[in-house]
Amino acid sequence: MTALFDIPIQALMGQLMLGLVNGSFYATLSLGLAVIFGMLNIINFAHGALYMMGAFLAWMGLEYLGIGYWPSLILVPLAVGLFGVLIERSMLRWLYKLDHLYGLLLTFGLALVIEGLFINGYGVSGQPYQIPAELTGGFNLGFMFLPYYRGWVIFASLLVCFGTWYGIEKTRLGAYLRAATENPKLTQAFGINVPLMVMLTYGFGAALAGFAGVLAAPAIQVSPLMGSHLIIIVFAVVVIGGMGSILGSILTGLGLGVVEGLTNLLYPAASATVVFVIMAIVLMVRPAGLFGKEK
Amino acid sequence: MSRQAIAYIALLALGLLAPFFIYPVLVMKVLCFALFACAFNLLLGYTGLLSFGHAAFFGTGAYVAGFAIKGWGFPPELGILVGTAASALLGWAFGSLAIRRTGIYFAMVTLALAQMVYFVFLQAPFTGGEDGLQGVPRGTLLGLISLSKDINLYYFVLAVFVFGFCLIHRTIHSPFGQILKAIRENEPRAISLGYDVAKYKLLAFVLSAGLAGLAGATKTLVFKFATLTDAHWHSSGEVVLMTILGGMGTVFGPVVGSTVIVSLQNELADKVGSLVTVILGSIFVICVLLFRRGIVGEISALYKRMIGA
Repeated sequence: MTALFDIPIQALMGQLMLGLVNGSFYATLSLGLAVIFGMLNIINFAHGALYMMGAFLAWMGLEYLGIGYWPSLILVPLAVGLFGVLIERSMLRWLYKLDHLYGLLLTFGLALVIEGLFINGYGVSGQPYQIPAELTGGFNLGFMFLPYYRGWVIFASLLVCFGTWYGIEKTRLGAYLRAATENPKLTQAFGINVPLMVMLTYGFGAALAGFAGVLAAPAIQVSPLMGSHLIIIVFAVVVIGGMGSILGSILTGLGLGVVEGLTNLLYPAASATVVFVIMAIVLMVRPAGLFGKEK
Repeated sequence: MSRQAIAYIALLALGLLAPFFIYPVLVMKVLCFALFACAFNLLLGYTGLLSFGHAAFFGTGAYVAGFAIKGWGFPPELGILVGTAASALLGWAFGSLAIRRTGIYFAMVTLALAQMVYFVFLQAPFTGGEDGLQGVPRGTLLGLISLSKDINLYYFVLAVFVFGFCLIHRTIHSPFGQILKAIRENEPRAISLGYDVAKYKLLAFVLSAGLAGLAGATKTLVFKFATLTDAHWHSSGEVVLMTILGGMGTVFGPVVGSTVIVSLQNELADKVGSLVTVILGSIFVICVLLFRRGIVGEISALYKRMIGA
C-alpha cells in the first residue's frame, strides 16, 4: 500500500510527524498553563513570551557565550524559571485577592513588554539555530524518513510532560501541591508554606515554557513573534481540553497537533483555523471541555 | 442644570471646535477608537464580561464596509450600515458560543475566535491579504455632501460618535442596563430573580459587537483602507487598555483612555519606533498593579473624598 485516499503514505506520515511535533509544544505549554492556573488561578498570557524567551536565550547563549544546545536545555529553563519567580514575587502576588481577570491583564501587559523588547533588539525576522550535531540527519523507517530532531522533540516533550504528571500525582510534594490547590487555607494551617509553593509553581510553569522554547529553537526560526501566535492556539487547546486533568491537557495538545497536521494535508487553507473550529464545536457540544468539570 | 449636563455640553463644544486647532484626521482617529472603547466598556464595565477578541468586530466592520463601498459601489452611509450589521451578526454567532463559559474561559474563547477571523481576513480573496483593502473612496454622504474634504468628514464622524455614545449612555441607564449591572455584581442572584441571564449577556454582546463594527467601518472611511492590524489581537488588547486606563464602568473613561493612548501612539511612533509596544505594555502593568479604577475612576473617587471631607 503506497497511498491512502489518494494521499501518498509518505506525505501522510510526514504530516503526522509534524503534527506530533507541534502537538508536543501545545501539550507542554498547555500543561504549564494548567499547573499555573490550578495554583494561582491566573491564566498566564505571558506564557508565549516566556517560550519565545527560552528560544532566544538559547540562541543568545550560543551566539555570545558559546553555550551549546545541551547545556542550554538545562540552563535556559532555570533562567526563565527564575525570571518567572521574580515576576511572581514583584507583581503577581499583589493580585491574588482580586478578580482572576486582573492576572490575565497583567500578564498580557508583561507579554507586550517582553515581546516589544526583543523586537526592538532583534527585529521581527527569524534567527537560525543549528540542530545539534548529535541529532542531525535521520532514520529511514522504510515507509518514511524520520529526522532525528523531530523524534527527539516529541520524546523530550513527552518525557517532561509525564515527569510533571508523575511529580504532581505520585510524590509527596505533588500531594502538598494538590492540597494547596484544593484548599490553600487549610493546607497552610497544616504547616505547609503555601506562598512558597505558589512562587515555585509559577517558576516551574515558566521553566516549562522556557524548555519548550529551547526545544523549538532548532525546529523553527527563533523570532520575537514565535510565542504570541502559539499562545492563542494553546488557549484554544486549553478550552477544548479543559484544565481539570493533567493527562487531559497532554492528550488534547498532541491530538490537536495531529489534527492540524492532517488538515494541512487534506485542505491546507483551513490548517490555521481548524483548532478554533474544533473549539467552537466543543463549546456547542460539551461546554466544560473534553476533560473538564464545570465548576 | 446638573453638573453632568454641563460636562456633556462642554465636551460637545470641544468636539465641534477641535478640528480648528488639531489635525482633523487625528481627532477622527481618536473618535473612532473612543467609540470602539465605549462599545467594549458596555461589555467589560457594565456586564462584567472581558472579551479579548473585540478586534474581530472592529476589523469585520472595517473590511465589510470597505468592500461594500469599494467593491459594490455603495454610498458611504449604506456601506457603514452593512459593516455594522455584519459585525453585529458575527457578534451574535461568537456571543452565543462564548457565553457558554464564564470568567477567564470567556476571555480565552473570544480571543481564539477572533484569531480565527484574523486568519480568514488574511486568506479570503476579497481582503487583499497582507496589503489590506486599500483605496476605499470616501464618497458623498446621501448624495449631497462630499466626504473627501476632511472637515466635512469630521462632522460626519463626530455625529456617528455622538450617536453611538448616546445609544450606549441610554442603554446603561435603561432597565436593561440595570439588569446587566445586576448580572455583573451577582450572577446567581440575577438568575434566582428570574432573569434569563444568557439572553441579556448575548444582547449586550451583540450591541457591543455592532457598535465596535460601526467604529471600524467609520475608521475605514477616515483612512480609506482596512488592514489586518484592525483585526489583530494587538488591537483587542489596545481597546482593553484604553478602557482600563480611562476607567472601566465609567461613562467617560473609555473616551479619556482612547484619547490618551491614540495621542501617545501618534506622538511616540516616530521617536521610539518599536518601543511603543513596550510602553503600552508597561502602562498596562502599572494600571493593573497601581490604579485599577483608571483615570476617570480615580478622579471621581478623589472628588467624592473631598466632598465628604
